[in-house]
Amino acid sequence: MSDTRTPGRLFRMWDNDIAYSFRKSPLAIVSGVVALVIVLAAVFAPLIAPTNPYDPSGLNLMDGFTPPMAPNAFTGNSFVLGADNQGRDVLSTILYGARISLFVGFSAVLFAMVLGIVAGLVAGYRGGWVDAVLMRIADVQLSFPSILIALLIFGVARGFIPPSQRETMAIWVLIVAIGLSDWVQFARVVRGATMVEKSKEYVQAARVIGVSPARILLRHVLPNVMGPVLVIGTIGLALAIIAEATLSFLGVGVPPTQPSLGTLIRIGQQYLFSGEWWILLFPALTLLALALAVNLLGDWLRDALNPRLR
Amino acid sequence: MSDSFLKVTGLTRHFDVSKPWLNRVIEREEKEFLTATDNVSFDIRKGETFALVGESGSGKSTIAKMIVGLLAPSEGTIEIEGRRIGPNDPEAIRAVRQRMQMIFQDPFASLNPRWRVGDIIAEPIRTFGLLRGGDVTREVARLLEVVGLSASDVGKFPHEFSGGQRQRIAIARALSSKPEFIVCDEPTSALDVSVQAQILNLMRDLQDEFGLTYLLISHDLSVVRHMANRIGVLYLGRLVEIADSKRLFLEPQHPYTQMLLDAVPDLALSGRRRKPVTGEIPNPINPPKGCPFHPRCPIAIDRCKVDPPAPRETPIGTAACHLAGL
Amino acid sequence: MAEPLLSVRNLVVEFPTRRGVLRALDGVSFDIAPGEVLGMVGESGAGKSITGAAIIGLIEPPGRIAGGEVYLAGKRIDNLPPDAMRAIRGKRIGMVFQDPLTSLNPLYTVARQLVETIRTHLDLSEKEARAHAIGLLDRVGIPAAARRIDDYPHHFSGGMRQRVVIALALAAEPELVIADEPTTALDVSVQSQIIDVLKEICAERGASVMLITHDMGVIAETADRVAVLYAGRMAEIGPVRDVILNASHPYTRGLMGSIPTLQQDNDRLVQIPGTMPRLNAIPTGCAFNPRCEHSFEKCRVHAPHLIDVAPHHAAACWLAEEET
Repeated sequence: MSDTRTPGRLFRMWDNDIAYSFRKSPLAIVSGVVALVIVLAAVFAPLIAPTNPYDPSGLNLMDGFTPPMAPNAFTGNSFVLGADNQGRDVLSTILYGARISLFVGFSAVLFAMVLGIVAGLVAGYRGGWVDAVLMRIADVQLSFPSILIALLIFGVARGFIPPSQRETMAIWVLIVAIGLSDWVQFARVVRGATMVEKSKEYVQAARVIGVSPARILLRHVLPNVMGPVLVIGTIGLALAIIAEATLSFLGVGVPPTQPSLGTLIRIGQQYLFSGEWWILLFPALTLLALALAVNLLGDWLRDALNPRLR
Repeated sequence: MSDSFLKVTGLTRHFDVSKPWLNRVIEREEKEFLTATDNVSFDIRKGETFALVGESGSGKSTIAKMIVGLLAPSEGTIEIEGRRIGPNDPEAIRAVRQRMQMIFQDPFASLNPRWRVGDIIAEPIRTFGLLRGGDVTREVARLLEVVGLSASDVGKFPHEFSGGQRQRIAIARALSSKPEFIVCDEPTSALDVSVQAQILNLMRDLQDEFGLTYLLISHDLSVVRHMANRIGVLYLGRLVEIADSKRLFLEPQHPYTQMLLDAVPDLALSGRRRKPVTGEIPNPINPPKGCPFHPRCPIAIDRCKVDPPAPRETPIGTAACHLAGL
Repeated sequence: MAEPLLSVRNLVVEFPTRRGVLRALDGVSFDIAPGEVLGMVGESGAGKSITGAAIIGLIEPPGRIAGGEVYLAGKRIDNLPPDAMRAIRGKRIGMVFQDPLTSLNPLYTVARQLVETIRTHLDLSEKEARAHAIGLLDRVGIPAAARRIDDYPHHFSGGMRQRVVIALALAAEPELVIADEPTTALDVSVQSQIIDVLKEICAERGASVMLITHDMGVIAETADRVAVLYAGRMAEIGPVRDVILNASHPYTRGLMGSIPTLQQDNDRLVQIPGTMPRLNAIPTGCAFNPRCEHSFEKCRVHAPHLIDVAPHHAAACWLAEEET
C-alpha cells in the first residue's frame, strides 16, 4: 500500500494479514492455545512436573495403580491424574512423554523438510533425468503406507546398530525412519513450486548476469516456495507425532525407559479392562488434543496463505 | 560493418515439442520440432536502437534469450565486437555478461517479491563484484534517482510499487552493472499508455546519457517507430524485412510489413482506409512450405509456394520476398 | 438524443476491506443510445471493467453497488433479483470478455453451447437453433461453419475463438453488447479483424455496444462516443472525434499525447507525471489534481462535476467551467 514509507513496515503488514486471519478464526485461536500450552508444558516439563518419572529412586511401587485425585491406600500419596502400574505419576509421564513425542515429531519433520526441499528444488530446477529419477523414487515410496516404510527403515537400522547402542540410538533411528517416510510430500510440492518460479522473469534476470544455479535456488527460489512448505510442515508435524506414537505403540519406537505418549498408551491399554482407565485415557487425550490442534493450525495456515481464499 | 556492436549470423533454434517418449512409442508418432527462429542474421550498431517486431510465434523473444545467453542457439553465431561468444568459452561469456543486460516484459514477475528493492538493484553489482560495502549502498541510491525513484525506496518490497515504478526498478537493476547493451523484451506491453510514455522517455534519456545500445523487442509498431533507428520484422521465426525505421513506415517492401502497418488503428482519425487483414498466423510446428507468408499474402505467385525467398536488397534495406523491390 | 437504451445514473461501487471501504466507482453517469457504440477507456484500476460488471450485475462480492441506478430501455435493472438479472444477461445484454476461454466451456462443442444459449432465450426447436447457430458462425467469419460447429473450443485459434464468443454473445439477439477488452489477448493482425466483425454485426442487428478497452486506437476505429474514466470517476465524455482531437480534460489530453503514433515525429512523448492514485489514497477535490499542471485552489477542495464544453461533450474539470 502506498501509505507505507519505512522499510520493515511491509513485512509487518504481511505479518499482519496472517495475524488478522488468525484473529478472525476462533478455531485457529483455540488450536493455537492448545498446541502452545502442550508445547510449553512439554518444554518446561522438568520445571513443572510434580515428579521425575525417569528417576527410579523417586518411585514407589506401592503407589502403582493409584486412581486420580484419591490418596493411595498404603502410602497416602495422591496424584492428580493417578499413577501407573509402576507408581509413576501419570501427569509427569505425560509431560515428559509429550517432550519426547514433540522432539521426535519436530526433528523428523525438519529432517523430511530439508531432504524434501533439496530433492524438490533440484528436481524442479534441473528437470530431465534427475527429475525423472527422483520423482519415480517418490512415486514408489508413495505406493507404500508410510508407517510400513518407517517400520522397514527401523528394522534395517537395528540390524546395523550394535545392541549396546540400541537404547541410545533408538530415538535417532526413529527420527530418521519417520523423516524418510515423509520427505515425498515436501519434495513434490517444492518441485511443483520450483517449476513455476524458475520460469518467472526474476529468475531469468539472475541467470542473465550469471548467478550460479545453487545461489538462484537458495536465494531466489527457496524463499518463494516456503509458504506451502510451512503448511505441509505443520500438518506433517501432526502426522509425525502420530507416526511416532504408532511405532512406539507397536513397541518399535523409543525405549520404555524414556516413554513417549505412544509408549504410555501401549502401557495403558493393558490395564483398560481391569479398570485402571486413567493410565490409558490421559496420555491418549493429550495425543489427540496435540495432533488435532496442530492439524487444525495447518489447515488454517493453508487457507491464510492462499491468496484466493483471502 | 566495422562499427557493429552485435552481429548474429544464421541464428536458428529448434524446440523439441514431442510428446513424452512412452506416448510416442505407443502412438507411433515421430519426434516433433518447432523451429522458433530460422536462419536469422542482423547486426546492431553501437549506440543505436534496433527493434525486432513481430506477432506471437514470430520468435522474437527466442532471439532475445539466445543473445543474453538464456538459451543456446541450435545453429548460428553471436559476435560482440567481432568476438564470437561460444558456449565453451566461459571467460568470454563472463566478460560479455557484464556488458549486456536485459529488461523484461512483466514488472510483476521480474522482481523477486521476497527481496528488498536495494538488494534487487545491487544483485548485479555484487555478482560481478564491482563495488563493496558502503559503495554498493551509495550506488543503489544513485541508480534509484537516475530512474526517477527516491533513494529512500531501497528498503521497500516490490509490491509496494505500481507497475511503472517496478519497471523503473528493473531498469535500475539493468543499469547497475554499467552495461553498454540492453535487451528490452516488450518493456512496456504490460503497462498503461501514460506509464508507457514515462518508461519510453526514460529509456531514451538513459540512452543519451550513457550511450546505450538497445535491442527492443515489441509487437507494437507505434512503440517501435518511436524508439528504433532500424527495424527487423519477424514472421514465423524468419526475418522478412530489415529497414531504416522512418522509411519502413513510409514505403514497406514486404507484404507482411505492409499488412502489419495496415492493422495499426488510426488514432489521428485521418480517414485512412485500412485494407482488411486476412487470416491468422499458421501453426509454427508445421509452417507453410516455400515462403511462410504465402497463404496470407495478397500478391503471392506460384513460386512463393515452393521456393523460400532469400533476403535481397531493397531501396530501404533488405526483404525476404521474391517480389520485393520490383 | 432519443430515449437511451442504457442509462447509468450516479453509479457507486464499493469494496469493503478490513482497512476501510474502497470506492471503485464514484458517481458515474452516462447513456448509450440504441445502435450506438460507446467506448469506455481508462488505465488499469480506473473502474472501466467494474462499470461493465455493475451493469450486468456481476460485481464480485464483497463488492457491491452502493448507490445510483441502471436503466435498460427505461426499466430499472440494478435492483432486480438474481434470477431476473440472469434472464437479462445473455438475452438482452450479451457479453464478450478478454479471454475467449473464460466464456467458452472447454468440455462442450461450440454447437452445444450456441444451441443451448439460443434455446434458453429464443423459442426455437433444436434444429432451428442449430441452423441459426450455423448462420451466426458464418456471419462472424468462421469458414466452413456447418462443419466446424461440432468442434470443441480448443480446436479454434485465438482469433476464431473470439469470433465464436461474439456469435455466442449475439445468439439471443441482445439489445446491448458489453465487450470488455475483446482484442487485448489477440495478435495485432487479428485485432482489427475482430473489431471489424464486432462493429459490423452489431450495426447490422441494431445492437448497442459498450466497448471497454485501454486501447485508444481501438476506440478511435470503432466507437461513436467515448467516456474516459480516471480513478473511478468520469473525466470526460463526448463524440470520439472531439475527445481525441480536442480533449478538454487535462488528463485526456495527457493520455492522448502519451500514445506513440505512426504519424508524429517528436523525440519525446507527452508525459503525465506520477501515477493514478490507488483507491485507498484518492486525493480530495479533483482526483487528478496532484498530477495536473493547471490545477488551482478549487481543484484541491471540490471534486468537479461534468460540465458541458460543447454539444454532447462534457468534462469534469473546473477549467471547463471557466471557459464556458
